[in-house]
Amino acid sequence: MTLAIAAIVVWIGLWALNVMLARWLPERQARIVVPIVFGLTLVLVVELLVTGLKVPFVILPKPSEMVARLFTSLPMLWEDFAQTILKGALTGYIMGCAAALFVAFLASRSDFLRRGLLPLGNFVAALPVVGLAPIMVMWFGFGWESKAAIVVSMCFFPMLVNSVQGLAATSAIERDLFKTYAATPVQQLSLLRLPAAMPFILNGLKVCTPLALIGAIVAEFFGSPFLGMGFRIKTSVGTLSLDLVWAEIIVAALAGTGFFGLLLIVERSLTFWHPSQRR
Amino acid sequence: MIRWLSQTVVPVVTILVALVAIWYAAAIPMNSARTYMMAPDDAEIPFSELVTDTWSQKKPQLPLPHQIVAEVKKQATFSWIWKEKRRGYKRSLIYHTWVTLSSTLLGFALGLVLGVSLSLAIVYSRVMDLSVMPWVITSQTIPIIAIAPMIIVLMAPLGFTGLMPKGVISMYLSYFPIVIGMTKGLRSSDPILEDQMKTWSATAFQTFWLLRLPSALPFLFPAMKIGLAAALVGAVVAELPSGARAGLGARLLVFSYRSETIPMWANLIAAAILAGLLVVSFSLLERALNRRLGFRNAAEASS
Amino acid sequence: MSVVSAQGLSLTYPGNIEALKNVDLSIEAGEFVSFIGPSGCGKTTLLRVVADLEQPTGGTVLVTGQTPEQARQARAYGYVFQQPGLLPWRTVEGNIFLPLALMGQKRGEAAGRIADVLKMVELDGFGSKFPWQLSGGMQQRASIARALAFDAELLLMDEPFGALDEIVRDRLNEQLLELWRATQKTVLFVTHSIPEAVFLSTKIAVMSPRPGRISKIIDNPLPADRPLDVRETTAFLDVAAEVRAALREGMDE
Repeated sequence: MTLAIAAIVVWIGLWALNVMLARWLPERQARIVVPIVFGLTLVLVVELLVTGLKVPFVILPKPSEMVARLFTSLPMLWEDFAQTILKGALTGYIMGCAAALFVAFLASRSDFLRRGLLPLGNFVAALPVVGLAPIMVMWFGFGWESKAAIVVSMCFFPMLVNSVQGLAATSAIERDLFKTYAATPVQQLSLLRLPAAMPFILNGLKVCTPLALIGAIVAEFFGSPFLGMGFRIKTSVGTLSLDLVWAEIIVAALAGTGFFGLLLIVERSLTFWHPSQRR
Repeated sequence: MIRWLSQTVVPVVTILVALVAIWYAAAIPMNSARTYMMAPDDAEIPFSELVTDTWSQKKPQLPLPHQIVAEVKKQATFSWIWKEKRRGYKRSLIYHTWVTLSSTLLGFALGLVLGVSLSLAIVYSRVMDLSVMPWVITSQTIPIIAIAPMIIVLMAPLGFTGLMPKGVISMYLSYFPIVIGMTKGLRSSDPILEDQMKTWSATAFQTFWLLRLPSALPFLFPAMKIGLAAALVGAVVAELPSGARAGLGARLLVFSYRSETIPMWANLIAAAILAGLLVVSFSLLERALNRRLGFRNAAEASS
Repeated sequence: MSVVSAQGLSLTYPGNIEALKNVDLSIEAGEFVSFIGPSGCGKTTLLRVVADLEQPTGGTVLVTGQTPEQARQARAYGYVFQQPGLLPWRTVEGNIFLPLALMGQKRGEAAGRIADVLKMVELDGFGSKFPWQLSGGMQQRASIARALAFDAELLLMDEPFGALDEIVRDRLNEQLLELWRATQKTVLFVTHSIPEAVFLSTKIAVMSPRPGRISKIIDNPLPADRPLDVRETTAFLDVAAEVRAALREGMDE
């Protein structure tokens, strides 16, 4: 019980610390330090509460137990990671986004195609495409191919919508300018429309990142070899090894955030000129 | 009028017709394996027979639109409402759609409340902005399907089973676009108008109610539409891990174990129709509200 | 041989909007011709027809002895728009290099030309900056430098200084005049401003709307070598008065 009270004290104390940090640290450092302090506070408070209120292991393990399990199961976690994320999610992500870019390029050259595809694309992007998962498993088998297929179908339409928007994002003056230079269509694409489309393309890539993760893991619920994060989570819930489930969740979170962070860096370097990136 | 038709309707219809044609054509090779398996060895199957067989199997690899439509008609019964609830209702597509819809709406409502509250906190408190915003973004990179069983397990001892955990899982996906959209919207009011409010000594609340909230609406509405679609995905995903027996996601799982492809597709079409109805009704609501607030369209108002 | 010549040039938009009607024009090499008139008189349209950015519906027009399309393919002119239109992801040098790159030049060979042209508009030292790091006047100067990059004999300018304040505008007017004297190019200059037209040009084409046409061509008697304060002389004011009268007549017709 005392630990539970300690949890509340810790929460208030660290929150007060954060308030002071937010006020006194310069902007750039505050952006990094404050959320980290906040995250650590959460972990600490949960640890104290779980221990203090004697929450059963089968409901919620202690964060320390989750991390411990993470370190002891590294080989298995790595195999799961490779199967689900590298083979399933990443391949599907690359194929889906590349296909969407290609179709968006075709649509930008043909008004008719664009007017037909865009409303359809917007509509499909709102559907629970994840429901196709069992169908993909049926068509492509239990292996990583079906996971990649699901990720392709989930990423294609949001990426298409963003890319079409991006390729249309040039102003009349810029297009006229290239006309006065007698530029060929290829020159116009590589020197004008692609750079101008970058902010939109990167936004599409950012949106598709969590979709790829969800798609790959959900697909594993519908069938997978005895491998993969979705498989592991399903079976671990069944055997009540909840610390392993949370270890997998931590891996997924790290993978997702890591990839997203990478995209942010790429975005910064490729679209440094866009008003949204200049502060 | 003709011009409008040719600009908007004709391209979409053309593409749809092309897609359906490709669908029927693709079904022939995809379903053919079974045809050849069932025929005696070395038999030559004439093309017309191949076509009729591949287009009418009971458990085809790729069901055809006409088969799916027939199945939807068969399953979309309302009779469970007045017949005894014991037997018939578990097979009704309408019943399952309603189950999923209820989690969706609950999830969306929760997500709206959470999203708006977080957004207000983020905009009005610098500490909240710095601490919470990065974690909000991180939360979306954690696949919901991994967290879903945990949420169900966590909520059970607190007395919440069935609808509520599914609502929370659905909220997890739908709150995010709302936080992002509302935050952007609250920060989008014209600085000139903010100065104007200051010259009138308006209180913080007045500035919020009279200026920032109306300016935020053109951002909030599209975000709510995305949140609604996300809530549906969350509701479907929520039905998977818990061994649930009702709802479109659960039915999908059950049918997949039995390889009953036609009911699976019928289920998917029901989910698609549900999504479509949600989005369309929301768009109508949005347009009515926009007209009332004087925006000609959201895109104009937000530029 | 005239650099630009038009006969009976007409452009009618769908809905019977006569943007240009029966325009006759002949511009010799080395001239600086301003086009001035109220909105809707077709001055920008005329410039765009010469640049092959719009197609006429009647009459003929020849640019450096060829059709506008051939002239465009041969890169016979440089065009300066109302907005600088610099690509934000390229530095100033990168932007000036763009037309040269499109013509197949390598960065190394072009470096000298880029430096020369930056000097001409007094932007040396700013080559490695990005457009959004420059003021409006500097961006417009970079845009002019870009139009000079491949040394075409014809320069088409569509109200290039319209968005700038008067002080910057005066300075740029002076610089443009010096540039023209140094390079001997033929310039077609669209403007709204009477003092600007009289200060810069050798010939002023007054245009009027509905339908768009040239109502009067005024030869500018002022000497080629004019400092900025020529604008206070009576000779200047006389020409300006003539232009103003022609504009008013054109409106009343």
